[in-house]
Amino acid sequence: MKRLKLSKNAKDNLITYGIVILAYVIMQIMINTGHISSLLQGLLVPLCVYVILAVSLNLTVGILGELSLGHAGFMCVGAFAGAFFSRYMQNVIEVSLLRFLIAIIIGAVSAGIVGFLIGMPVLRLRGDYLAIVTLAFGEIIKSIINVLYIGKDSSGLHFSMKDSMSLGLAEDGDVIINGAQGITGTPKDATFTIGIVLIILTLIIVLNLIHSRDGRAIMSIRDNLIAAESIGINITKYKLMAFSVSAALAGMAGVLYSHNLSSLMATPKNFGYNMSIMILVFVVLGGIGNIRGSIISAVILTLLPELLRGLSNYRMLIYSIVLIVMMLFNWSPKLINLRKKYSLRRLFKKTGEVR
Amino acid sequence: MAALLEVKNLGISFGGLRAVDDFEVSIKKGQLYGLIGPNGAGKTTVFNLLTGVYKPSEGIITLDGVNITGLKTIEINKAGIARTFQNIRLFKELSVIDNVKAGLHNHYKYATIEGILRLPNYFKMEKAMTEKAMELLKVFELEKEADYLAANLPYGKQRKLEIARALATEPKLLLLDEPAAGMNPNETMELMDTIRFVRDSFDMTILLIEHDMKLVSGICEELTVLNFGRILTQGATGTVLNDPQVITAYLGE
Repeated sequence: MKRLKLSKNAKDNLITYGIVILAYVIMQIMINTGHISSLLQGLLVPLCVYVILAVSLNLTVGILGELSLGHAGFMCVGAFAGAFFSRYMQNVIEVSLLRFLIAIIIGAVSAGIVGFLIGMPVLRLRGDYLAIVTLAFGEIIKSIINVLYIGKDSSGLHFSMKDSMSLGLAEDGDVIINGAQGITGTPKDATFTIGIVLIILTLIIVLNLIHSRDGRAIMSIRDNLIAAESIGINITKYKLMAFSVSAALAGMAGVLYSHNLSSLMATPKNFGYNMSIMILVFVVLGGIGNIRGSIISAVILTLLPELLRGLSNYRMLIYSIVLIVMMLFNWSPKLINLRKKYSLRRLFKKTGEVR
Repeated sequence: MAALLEVKNLGISFGGLRAVDDFEVSIKKGQLYGLIGPNGAGKTTVFNLLTGVYKPSEGIITLDGVNITGLKTIEINKAGIARTFQNIRLFKELSVIDNVKAGLHNHYKYATIEGILRLPNYFKMEKAMTEKAMELLKVFELEKEADYLAANLPYGKQRKLEIARALATEPKLLLLDEPAAGMNPNETMELMDTIRFVRDSFDMTILLIEHDMKLVSGICEELTVLNFGRILTQGATGTVLNDPQVITAYLGE
């Protein structure tokens, strides 16, 4: 009888999906039997957010091979677009799941569009220059949202960039986005289950994209731009594709994030470059281009500081040290040799073979 | 018979430096044509002009009757010119077969969404691509290494893979930039057979840059000699190689 033969890639992907589903089942059992602290339970949705962010940033950093430090900015766009929609429609669409699904789509699409618009001029740059410009754009997005005022009343929507008074709302008016005070009263629609579904959706999009014609084109640009051009691959198109898909997924994570909080503000802490760099640390720690690694490192690095509560003041310090150590571990020839010598893969496989 | 590649009065300056001046060549379909000259003569610059890496300051390039002067690299590739590079440029972190499949990019298409949702067309096209890529790898005896990372191939095989990838784009004209560089005499002999085989079985026209005179005299039918960006002489291989001017250019007075 002919056995169903899976390619190495398919097997690899199945393991990744399996890990996520297994983690979900274990957590569900623990929640239902009460073996989980309320602290950890409160962390479940943020965990999903960080996993999605790490996986989506890995698409830009690992697969496209461009360093982006503005990922929190795209998350910010998604968070505010989604939260705005939910607040606006709170009394119109009563079914919270449906409203949340539409909010997710709106958040992802708006972040994707912003990613596309920023990507067009920015992706002409490479390396350090691109990193710095994306960093700047991330900060710009945050700053714009900090001075944005949107309110609604019976006559429709009102916009302002000055203050909530200049919106000129009628008696029945309601300020939805209140500048630096952000959005308050977003319905808490995000649940762990939806988070896991979104993680799996992200994985399907990213993994299937990588192992397709488009993914090959994106990776060929990463490996050798001139050669990719010489075989007729449209550099601009595929760079933009990877960058905007990555931004859209970050926007999706943002929607999840904003629907887990009752008040959403664009502070440096949640949408600033600290956040962008934290996501980058997840990606680097998990291995650039390694999707499964991103998931695992995002989970560990989110849980660790929270579980060691006393150390949480030193969180950024720990991240910095971990980043330095990992960089050395990834780049020092001696350590690379050591790693190769003791890697599990080597023990089971002939050298030279991959995947 | 009309020429496949017709180049007239091609030139480019970098600032004050005249890198290529008044370059002309006419290559017939199915020909094996050589471009030789001392280091720094402008051979690779000619390749870069032909493939749109540089925009020519003046001159006209016609491929199969179509004017391709000043087009972008990807448009020129679509028009039918593929190349390899002097310093090998493979997609090192991709597998050997994926390198070739990347070359098939413009010939087997399906929508992004079909790839993400894994619709039937995805499987159909990927299967066709894999078959075509394996076919090409077999020609270059690389089928056993199909799943290796390109970076892990030995040098000679990397050169072959680059040719296979270029052929995957189904070009009319293949440009080889020093295909024998860094090869030992045995590998060079093998390469000569491969190049001849490619020409015969793919019905390919090949223009190559080479320093190895054994390879040049062994397979090229006609030659152009460049020196200081200008054509020194042009014609049948035997005549050109015995030209005293050429010998002086290579060996000095």
